[in-house]
Amino acid sequence: MDETAKRAVRNLVILGGGTAGTMIANKLRHRLARTEWHITVVDRDDEHHYQPGYLFVPFGGCSPEQVVRSRHSFLPDGVDFVIGSVDMVNAEGNVVLLEDGRQLPYDQLVIATGTTPRPDQTPGMLGLEWRRSIFDFYTLEGAEALADALSRFDGGRLVVHITEMPIKCPVAPLEFTFLADAWLRGRGLRDRVELVYVTPLDGAFTKPVASAHLGGMLDERKVLVETDFMVERIDDEQKMLVSYDEREIPFDLLVTIPLNMGADFVARSGLGDELNYVPVDKHTQLSRKFDNIFAIGDASDIPASKAGSVAHFSVEIFVDNFLQHIAGRAMTGAFDGHANCFVESGDDKALLIDFNYDTEPLTGKYPLPVVGPLELLKETRVNHLGKLAFRWIYWNVLLPGRPVPLPALMSMAGKHPATQREKQEA
Amino acid sequence: MPTTTIGGHEIHVNDEGFMTEYDEWTEDLGQALAAQIGVEMSDEHWQAIQFLRRDYPDQGETATLRRVSTVGGIPTKQLFVLFPKKPAKKMAYIAGLPKPRGCV
Ligand SMILES: Cc1cc2nc3c(=O)[nH]c(=O)nc-3n(C[C@H](O)[C@H](O)[C@H](O)COP(=O)(O)OP(=O)(O)OC[C@H]3O[C@@H](n4cnc5c(N)ncnc54)[C@H](O)[C@@H]3O)c2cc1C
Repeated sequence: MDETAKRAVRNLVILGGGTAGTMIANKLRHRLARTEWHITVVDRDDEHHYQPGYLFVPFGGCSPEQVVRSRHSFLPDGVDFVIGSVDMVNAEGNVVLLEDGRQLPYDQLVIATGTTPRPDQTPGMLGLEWRRSIFDFYTLEGAEALADALSRFDGGRLVVHITEMPIKCPVAPLEFTFLADAWLRGRGLRDRVELVYVTPLDGAFTKPVASAHLGGMLDERKVLVETDFMVERIDDEQKMLVSYDEREIPFDLLVTIPLNMGADFVARSGLGDELNYVPVDKHTQLSRKFDNIFAIGDASDIPASKAGSVAHFSVEIFVDNFLQHIAGRAMTGAFDGHANCFVESGDDKALLIDFNYDTEPLTGKYPLPVVGPLELLKETRVNHLGKLAFRWIYWNVLLPGRPVPLPALMSMAGKHPATQREKQEA
Repeated sequence: MPTTTIGGHEIHVNDEGFMTEYDEWTEDLGQALAAQIGVEMSDEHWQAIQFLRRDYPDQGETATLRRVSTVGGIPTKQLFVLFPKKPAKKMAYIAGLPKPRGCV
């Protein structure tokens, strides 16, 4: 018998059956022999949510049925799907413990448990006004409750608020603001509403060129912007946000993005940073502590946007790296932090931004150099259609791990850095 | 990278004035940088700056306010008192570290 045949079947355990975990299971099942590797995916339930769809729910533009599918139907044959909550990873002992007491030993572990909004982390957020005048749209229940509140809203101060960075889909609160502005206009209510955007950042967005551009779009829509606002608590009696430096922002309707945090088991397992994100090498996503643990998607601490597009591009790089890693070779792929985000801007238009660790969002065309068809950093109807088409692509191409004709590493062809003039205009 | 002279020391800085060479920093320089932005250093200020200096080589990036409070043990509220208005940026400036990333 040769060496490989004698060796027992090895276990790959993937924690989280969301965007990243599902793509990884699909891609690796095709690349790993079943006689050599068991693959197990763990998630706490069997409901896969298309989270980008939440954005449209408050405005009645997306029904819950379009947003939720069963997880197991996206996993291929030959992958075990375990429903259970992860309680802890014993990284020294190479075993995952579930809350119901089950144990899953592993040879290689992928943590893909994402990030979750945590309203409990800001005093007063979960108080009397939660889901009365305080809402989030980062959960389906929140987005549905907000739809109901908006349908009854007839004027006053509508405040859109980010608690702290990083958050997943960092453009979503801006998109919500643009959509709210257009929606209010459509209902003839815009004149009776003061729209306020409150952010801990020093501008509308994190990347300077896009920040200036998107900030200009807020100005055009007469949205008041309050920057450098670090919320300390919410005064739910007086209905206002209070910052650490004692600024107060009153609201009639507050749409907040609560603090986003990685899963608590990550902290309990001693694998996380102060926000429960797993510290990894930013190019290979291998844990900095254990050489058989990777963290992919929102769960890691890489300095890239927490977005489905980033999860997708990084999975492409990860899969080849993983095969080298288990064969005992050096990993040769290096993820560059590529992010590609549609930004809905209202009135059936959207813009598209494309950037990575080192490059600012660019102007130009995407994905095909010169012809596009999608325009970067410009509001167009085609971009909006692109965003809507994405839901179909997500369920039918991305999750099943089918090849997507988009390059994982960022390409500079057809793009050019925003010129000084565009920067000033922005 | 441009250089500038602060408190008699020639240092490398970026276009926003943040130091770019970890090893060029000294406490003297920290004192001078603080003076530039109107911060008068007390023991408590130094405690925060020293945490940032210790944390950086290990983490490869400048600690966020949350990290200074949860790992460094100085409450966020107090950081706003010590370094009014923009504590994260001011601390990084004084500690001779890159501006904390805007968090992508
Ligand atoms: C409102 C909104 C709009 C967005 N819009 C966009 C967009 O336009 N474009 C874009 O690219 N991205 C967008 N995103 C972000 C995108 O949805 C996420 O970045 C992506 O889903 C991350 O994938 P992931 O696999 O890392 O995490 P997830 O897909 O969130 O999966 C994590 C999984 O882990 C499971 N889990 C967590 N803890 C445990 C535990 N203890 N035990 C068992 N299971 C556990 C969860 O149930 C979940 O299924 C948006 C997000 C939101 C909220």
